Amino acid sequence: MTRYTQPTTFYTEDHEWVTVHNDLATVGITHYAENALGDIVFVELPEVGAEFAPGDDMAVVESVKAASDVYAPIHGKVVEVNGALSDKPETVNESPTEKGWFCVLEIKDGAEIAGLMDEAAYKAYCETL
Amino acid sequence: MSMNTQGRPTSPESVSMSSIETVSGSRGLLQHEDLLFEIGTSETTGVDLPAPKGTKNRLGGVTRKVPTGLPGLSEPQAVRHYMRLSQKNYAIDLGLFPLGSCTMKHNPRLNEKMARLPGFGDIHPLQPQATVQGALELIDELATWLKTLTNMPAVAMSPKAGAHGEFCGMMAIRQALIARGEVETRKRVLVPESAHGTNPATAVQCGFIVDEIKANKRGRVDMADLKAKLEKSDDIAGIMLTNPNTCGLFETDIKEIADLIHAAGGYFYCDGANFNAIVGRVRPGDLGVDAMHINLHKTFSTPHGGGGPGSGPTVLSEALAPYAPVPFVVKDADGMYRLVEDIEGVASESFGRMVAFHGQMGMFVRALTYILSHGADGLKQASEDAVLNANYIQARLKKVMTAPFEGYCMHEALFSDAFTAEGIETIDIAKALIDEGYHPMTMYFPLVVHGAMLIEPTESESKAELDRFCDALESIARRAAQGDEALKGAPYLAPMRRLDETKAARKPVLKWAEPEEAPPVAAE
Repeated sequence: MTRYTQPTTFYTEDHEWVTVHNDLATVGITHYAENALGDIVFVELPEVGAEFAPGDDMAVVESVKAASDVYAPIHGKVVEVNGALSDKPETVNESPTEKGWFCVLEIKDGAEIAGLMDEAAYKAYCETL
Repeated sequence: MSMNTQGRPTSPESVSMSSIETVSGSRGLLQHEDLLFEIGTSETTGVDLPAPKGTKNRLGGVTRKVPTGLPGLSEPQAVRHYMRLSQKNYAIDLGLFPLGSCTMKHNPRLNEKMARLPGFGDIHPLQPQATVQGALELIDELATWLKTLTNMPAVAMSPKAGAHGEFCGMMAIRQALIARGEVETRKRVLVPESAHGTNPATAVQCGFIVDEIKANKRGRVDMADLKAKLEKSDDIAGIMLTNPNTCGLFETDIKEIADLIHAAGGYFYCDGANFNAIVGRVRPGDLGVDAMHINLHKTFSTPHGGGGPGSGPTVLSEALAPYAPVPFVVKDADGMYRLVEDIEGVASESFGRMVAFHGQMGMFVRALTYILSHGADGLKQASEDAVLNANYIQARLKKVMTAPFEGYCMHEALFSDAFTAEGIETIDIAKALIDEGYHPMTMYFPLVVHGAMLIEPTESESKAELDRFCDALESIARRAAQGDEALKGAPYLAPMRRLDETKAARKPVLKWAEPEEAPPVAAE
């Protein structure tokens, strides 16, 4: 099993990105997702300490058009959330992969990372949509 | 002969203004209107009454010491305020209101006349039951009609809206699961992804977990996905399904869906929001439905909102009837109508009470008036006409717009934005429709269709009116297909131009505040 000592980013088919670094995984939504959602007006974040399994509803993003769930990409426990999004949800549109991160998970099973897409695979996947 | 000595011209001259800005802010006879706080001040008052004599302030220490800050307005100021606001509004009494899924149909004036009869309009729910026998009989008669039209054995009349009716139905299911000792294990409720948002919300509110079912290419429930979700069935509480569904399509596999859910030990909640498309043609009881709410304002022509709460009576199957909420009306052997209000006797298994009194009486009177003035054959014809009108729109507009699913629709026609040129979106078409004098259609719903436009004309419209509407939308659609950038700026002719929905959601102004005084100009 690979241990990512340098931050490395992976993707899900539901357009979450996961940057893995040692035992921690930072999760957000991709540029493709924020662009499809349109102007984001509300973000509901998980609570620190909450535990999720892959596919669990972890957060909610609401745009003018619709509300969407953000799914947990892997098993993990929330150790930190990006509270700044509550006051400035537009950050997700402005900087989806940097300042617009949602939360940091403590990785339970590093082997799950192998099931996610790397950047090239995700790019190819988006082109099929 | 007498002469026109004042020189008054009697025919218009062809001169046009270069600017359409006005000093008053009004546009022609459409009046500009400020907020109440901007019209009145707290120093003025609309009434001038002498101070009461011989009374004593009994409020003691809780008397308000600071002014309320509420503006005082004279009666003409207040009347004009609301009249002017109403002129800026759009109403079913003004024109075709194509909001899909909402069923904006005509509210017959006969309904209003009946609801104002003193025996219905001036009674109080705390009156002795012997003095309101007519009102109780009316509730019972409406209940009988609703049970007959749906072929269901019981109906809860008290829910005060569609979503409240959903809550009633799901609470009955929950109570049935409690009686079976399975409420802790049967938690999963299946909901199609095209469902009204209230369905999953209701399920969660009642303590269930929502499991989404996919739609197939025909816009109906994907049976393979449903069967896969039912493979493990000991945690299934039920399904919530709208029929006709939110794509305006009849769920053709409905009977099989009901059988599968029942075989899995669950209950079938049908969202009756679209019952108006099938009244007199299909009885939900024959389809295996266990609970269904009926929006009186959609199917039975009561006003939306209803001048207070709406009304969402919920029919229940044999399996759920014992758990119906109190109160309900029964007819005793001596012919007297009586309210069952306590959880005992016939209501010993009831899940409880949902509302303070007996339901929305004003809506009951209007709905029964509609039913009796149409008769069974008239109700059936209204459904058929609603479906015919929607299909007329679909047939005319699919030549220029994209119909995402093959075949006829039910009571509403659905289009996607696939026909629009790059950069032109559904919202631009909706806003351009305002300039043509119509309320926009429902947009971006259902979520399963990209850039959805859902149009429900209802049976109220004549062919001439449908044609007028189609001409307008057809012309906008052609411009959208050609990429006419001017659409991005619509509406041009409405009292308000395009509003910033994002800013409204991110930085809502929920309270009026005194405008800050302009800072003094700095001396040079």
